[in-house]
Amino acid sequence: MSTEGGATGYIVHHLTPLSVGEGFWTLHLDTLFFSAFLGGLFILFFKTVAERATSGVPGLAQNIAETLVEFVDTQVKDSFHGRSPLIAPLSLTIFCWVFMWNAMDMLPVDLLPMIGSLMGMEYMRVVPSTDLNGTFALSISVFFLIFFYSIKVKGLMGFAKEMTCTPFGPKMMPFNLLLKTVEELAKPISLGLRLFGNLYAGELVFILIALLPPIVQPLLGFPWAVFHILVITLQAFIFMVLTIVYLSLAHEDH
Amino acid sequence: MELASLIANVQGFTVIAVGIILGLGAIGTAIGFGLLGGKFLEGAARQPELVPMLQVKMFIIAGLLDAVTMIGVGLALMLTFANPFLSAVQSVAG
Repeated sequence: MSTEGGATGYIVHHLTPLSVGEGFWTLHLDTLFFSAFLGGLFILFFKTVAERATSGVPGLAQNIAETLVEFVDTQVKDSFHGRSPLIAPLSLTIFCWVFMWNAMDMLPVDLLPMIGSLMGMEYMRVVPSTDLNGTFALSISVFFLIFFYSIKVKGLMGFAKEMTCTPFGPKMMPFNLLLKTVEELAKPISLGLRLFGNLYAGELVFILIALLPPIVQPLLGFPWAVFHILVITLQAFIFMVLTIVYLSLAHEDH
Repeated sequence: MELASLIANVQGFTVIAVGIILGLGAIGTAIGFGLLGGKFLEGAARQPELVPMLQVKMFIIAGLLDAVTMIGVGLALMLTFANPFLSAVQSVAG
């Protein structure tokens, strides 16, 4: 990274992750820390609410938790046509975790990196979903789940038959295999890149707004922040719904 | 000066590429959203009691429409601010 000054230097500084190691084994410490921290918050919140749940008049925390659980449950009931005790908790985790990742983008751009630089960390990117490693970690995990459940429900022979004999008959096996492989690979790639692209663009617009003179910033920053609230929720919701739909397809057993 | 003209060349082509990526993505998304919204409004006018369900499905499809465009935006922004082609030139020449 060259030492350009001014606007480009500011932008590039804000796009550089805090990493150790090199090449394949580069670890983005900021992504790891924030995703683990937010996951811990999620677990802590639901654990506390579940322990203190009352059948009387619920408090605010219980209300929020119940709304979330009911919302995810409705989605799973609508889209998932198999039997699995894993899907609903998985969907809840994905929705809440991705939503929390995205919501980190609503903090002021310089706030946490400034605190970090006071503690000696030169770079910091606080939104795990703007890191390809973060989004692909989730989507590759979903891909493994799809693969695992496909084999579990259809059996190895059934899975092989599906990969080689659809959509055209058994006579066009190599072509079918190619088509199905591309289709299956497109699922995790598009899942990961969709979330990454949306959030990366959002974060970059915030950084660009931060470069404007302070008088003008609220004029552009406020509408973009309000629009971004929609994008955050929508992207988390879409990730969850697509996970449910892909796993439902994997559970299909004709 | 040779290096400067090389870098200017790469940057010029990158800018054109970014413009094409963003422009074509915007056209696709705009047309797609227009069709989607139009169909949704038609369906809502025919059967208003289905509006909540249709709205949820509309948002799902909106997210799918946005996907490749956003991938393109992410790629274009990466080309603008962290251009790998530029660093290739710089590593060979510098």
